[in-house]
Amino acid sequence: MTDVIQVTGLTKRFASLEAVKDVTFSVGENKIYGLLGRNGAGKTTIMQLLTGQDFATSGSIKVFGESPVENASVLQNISFIKESQRYPEDFKPKHVFRSAPWFFANWDAEFADRLIEQFRLPLDRKIKKLSRGQLSSIGVIVGLASRAPLTFFDEPYLGLDAVARQLFYDTLLADYAEHPRTVILSTHLIDEVANLLEHVIVIDEGRIIIDQDADSLRSTATNLVGTTKAVESFVAGREIMHRDGIGGLASVTVAGLSPQEKQQATAAGLELSAVSLQQLIVRRTNTSEKEFEQSA
Amino acid sequence: MDDSRPIFVQIAEQIENDIIAGVMSEEGQVPSTTEFAAFYRINPATALKGVNLLVDEGILYKKRGIGMFVSPGAQDTLVTKRREQFADEYVRPLLTEAAKLGITPDSLADMIRKEATS
Repeated sequence: MTDVIQVTGLTKRFASLEAVKDVTFSVGENKIYGLLGRNGAGKTTIMQLLTGQDFATSGSIKVFGESPVENASVLQNISFIKESQRYPEDFKPKHVFRSAPWFFANWDAEFADRLIEQFRLPLDRKIKKLSRGQLSSIGVIVGLASRAPLTFFDEPYLGLDAVARQLFYDTLLADYAEHPRTVILSTHLIDEVANLLEHVIVIDEGRIIIDQDADSLRSTATNLVGTTKAVESFVAGREIMHRDGIGGLASVTVAGLSPQEKQQATAAGLELSAVSLQQLIVRRTNTSEKEFEQSA
Repeated sequence: MDDSRPIFVQIAEQIENDIIAGVMSEEGQVPSTTEFAAFYRINPATALKGVNLLVDEGILYKKRGIGMFVSPGAQDTLVTKRREQFADEYVRPLLTEAAKLGITPDSLADMIRKEATS
């Protein structure tokens, strides 16, 4: 399978702050990626670098096999939707949609019109007079209707209500199935998008701490609930990611169990449940923080 | 109770349920992975994994360029498989819970008979 993005040893320093620290990863073609992490983890910086909007301090970036910086043949295949998108003064949404085909070869005006109707976006109102949610829906519509081979959505939902967000997720899935392309979704609403993702990259403090297929990532941990006695005797000697308890009951998150181990756990009277992607990432980022503190 | 299985396994199980219940009939066409993905709101690659699981087991088969179909005999195969799992998944947990409450296997059997006739 071909890689759309190849990043090697990428570092970005802003004065004294090292926002991205020696990061190496690749992005496969026609998959939906989640770029996840806490605020300030370095997600947006990485996307800025990948789309040639900023210069790397060191390291190499290849997008469609070439450097994205000042490279029209690469950039015309990229759609980057960011939360803080600025538009020219006095622009109205209709101007955005009229100029979009100049930038995006695959622009589908009919699809855009359908989305404008579904998101109930007023076309003839000045953008600076729009609500936060309406502003976000412009970005979402441009990102979807541009059908760029590589599409970035950086927290695209700010101010969008639950109905509009669901509309975005459903439309993304349906259109992606019909027109496969590489999508990178950066968000901290992890639970909402968890099932849409095929691959997950988690950034913490400028470093990649998880880079894994979403299905196999989910199976790396299991929640066990039962009486403290039963739980403790089962988890003895195992790697414990999290521990909770109330009264005589314990709830413990352990690293992946084999099917046989799961049967043993069930036989021991324990209840097994899936660890959501969000819980898993929260736990992993906490662990790495602790390790970081210990090593400091 | 094991609710920790991967999503694609749960998708495969859902399709199995529909075949067992006769909602999807043998030799009938199965929805496309795109349709499964949209319905369950999951990545199409995950839906495809679920469907492929059943192709590997011979429950579904591919007709090139047309789609996915339920294999003849799939319903019987699945019922047999589920019966084999029945003791593990239902009877044993039931006995465990009964023992916890001090219900003997005999009185449990009585309860089942009573429920079945009521």
